[in-house]
Amino acid sequence: MSVAPKLTTDLIDGRAQMYAAGSWTASQVSALEPAVEAATRTASGARALQLDMSAVDEIDTIGAWLLERMIRHARQAGSEIKTVGISERFAGLIEELRSANLNPPVYEKQNPLLLKLYQIGQSTVSSLQELLIFIDMLGRLGTVLARVILHPRRLRLTSTIYQLHKVGWQAVPIIVLITFLIGAIIAQQGIFHFRKFGADAYVVDMVGILVLREIGVLIVAIMVAGRSGSAYTAELGSMKMREEIDALTTMGLDPLEVLILPRVIALTIALPILTFIGSIAALYGGGLISWLYGDMMPATFIARLHEAVSVTHFEVGLIKAPFMALVIGIVASSEGLRVKGSAESLGRQTTTSVVKSIFLVIVLDGLFAVFFASIGM
Amino acid sequence: MSELQPDIAIRVRDLVVAFGKHTVLDHLSLDVRRGEILGLVGASGGGKSVLMRTIIGLIPKQSGAVDVMGSQIHGADDRQTQESAARWGILFQQGALFSSLTVRQNIQVPMREHLSMSQELMDEVANAKLEMVGLKATDGDRYPSQLSGGMTKRAALARALALDPAIVFLDEPTSGLDPISAGDFDALIKTLQKTLAFTVFMVTHDLASLHTVCDRIAALADGKIVSIGTMDTLLEATHPWVRAYFHGARSEMLQPRKN
Repeated sequence: MSVAPKLTTDLIDGRAQMYAAGSWTASQVSALEPAVEAATRTASGARALQLDMSAVDEIDTIGAWLLERMIRHARQAGSEIKTVGISERFAGLIEELRSANLNPPVYEKQNPLLLKLYQIGQSTVSSLQELLIFIDMLGRLGTVLARVILHPRRLRLTSTIYQLHKVGWQAVPIIVLITFLIGAIIAQQGIFHFRKFGADAYVVDMVGILVLREIGVLIVAIMVAGRSGSAYTAELGSMKMREEIDALTTMGLDPLEVLILPRVIALTIALPILTFIGSIAALYGGGLISWLYGDMMPATFIARLHEAVSVTHFEVGLIKAPFMALVIGIVASSEGLRVKGSAESLGRQTTTSVVKSIFLVIVLDGLFAVFFASIGM
Repeated sequence: MSELQPDIAIRVRDLVVAFGKHTVLDHLSLDVRRGEILGLVGASGGGKSVLMRTIIGLIPKQSGAVDVMGSQIHGADDRQTQESAARWGILFQQGALFSSLTVRQNIQVPMREHLSMSQELMDEVANAKLEMVGLKATDGDRYPSQLSGGMTKRAALARALALDPAIVFLDEPTSGLDPISAGDFDALIKTLQKTLAFTVFMVTHDLASLHTVCDRIAALADGKIVSIGTMDTLLEATHPWVRAYFHGARSEMLQPRKN
């Protein structure tokens, strides 16, 4: 049905006679576009052009536009152009495209150096804004928390418990597995290297202090940021996209109180518990490897652990947990509320939420290390 | 398969579609003529969208045959499906524009996938399509989330028309538009249909649209086409649902007063 399009040009004394044939349609565009361009080039020197369209079987928008474009090119070059033999069937469409693309959008060409500077400036401003957004969310959450403390019945208890179930209870298996493996790896590496100095026994000190003070809480916080922080951002983001958050506001409910506070409270309760469980699992992994790989009887391991670690180490690890939970919760919620209409924006905000909360958790851990060192804990 | 008559664009024969035990389309037959605007009416939840989605192959059928432009839709391989996809354009109810692309990129998706043409030509054709559906070329740089309801419908129509399809499926094109915008949209469909000479299969609830743009109307009830023909045929139909639809309080308001 569809025939390959043709456009032949005869150039005699500066007068071009063009014959068009075949299907000028979308399905033939790969042949049509070069044919039209070649003909335009050939006829570019002609003073007058005549285009015979009588052998064209079919024409659609793309074909009609190419024809119109050819006519415009010729007129611009100052030559006269006449079309003959346009079938009555296609006249309407060709007429329609007469007015197409008369005002194409104009894009300003920008200096690449200026553009780069502009981008640097933009990202500086936006990182400052992000700090402000964080502080703003912290402040608003504080206000809502104060309100809930004054009127405890406003707390969404069901929602809080449900979130606690999701981020706490359901996270236990994966947290236990990962921290167990981390503890085992630390112990194995410790034994392997300490053995050269005959200091195998000190592996217990290393595992105990490292796990209780730093690794336990850090691994758990990073896992929770990836697991629950991303879920918070995606949930709130898609609610924002579907105008559910606006619906809440118009009903006189504060989305912060209804959606965000229960989530942040759940996270703040869950993270210390998960840290405790995770640390114990890591110690268990370390003890198991010391026994199987380092030939240290479990009783010896426990006795040494008793000497090596004090409650202080355990406290240092656990004190950090709720603060990390707060950071994860605030970042996840504020990123969720920043989602705009598109699916891409939801993905971008979720990624940002996870990256930012992991980064902030590590920064916070560093600040705590300085703090505890200076107070001698 | 019997040879398709040249003037039939879509032929549906004995189509059965069921979800579990719930039969939605029960031995339904329907012909859509080439170059006409066919309006499909039916109760909410009565299977109008199911029929449209089955014709374009989004919902599997239990039995029966669906021919679009002479080729079977169901059981076709990927290459055939791609070929048919280039011959029809679909306007989904919510527009279904890809939210991460600009409007112009949305219109260029079918061109980019099915044709090989230069970026410059694609831009120009996309701008021309935008102007044809009554948008400005600069609207092409906007994202779908920045468009109003009416503009979304127009942009989605521009995408449906990107390849100059032979058949255009419209799923409730005027729903959610105010009467003026809906009237403009009807006029736009009518004009474009005249210029580009495509067949329109339109699912609609809008009685005004049925009056002004549709050449024929098909009424779907109890999983079958119970009446098909011009407005006058349907006004005289005896099926109780069709009578209720066209002679209800809302429709009487829109009828031209006849003495």
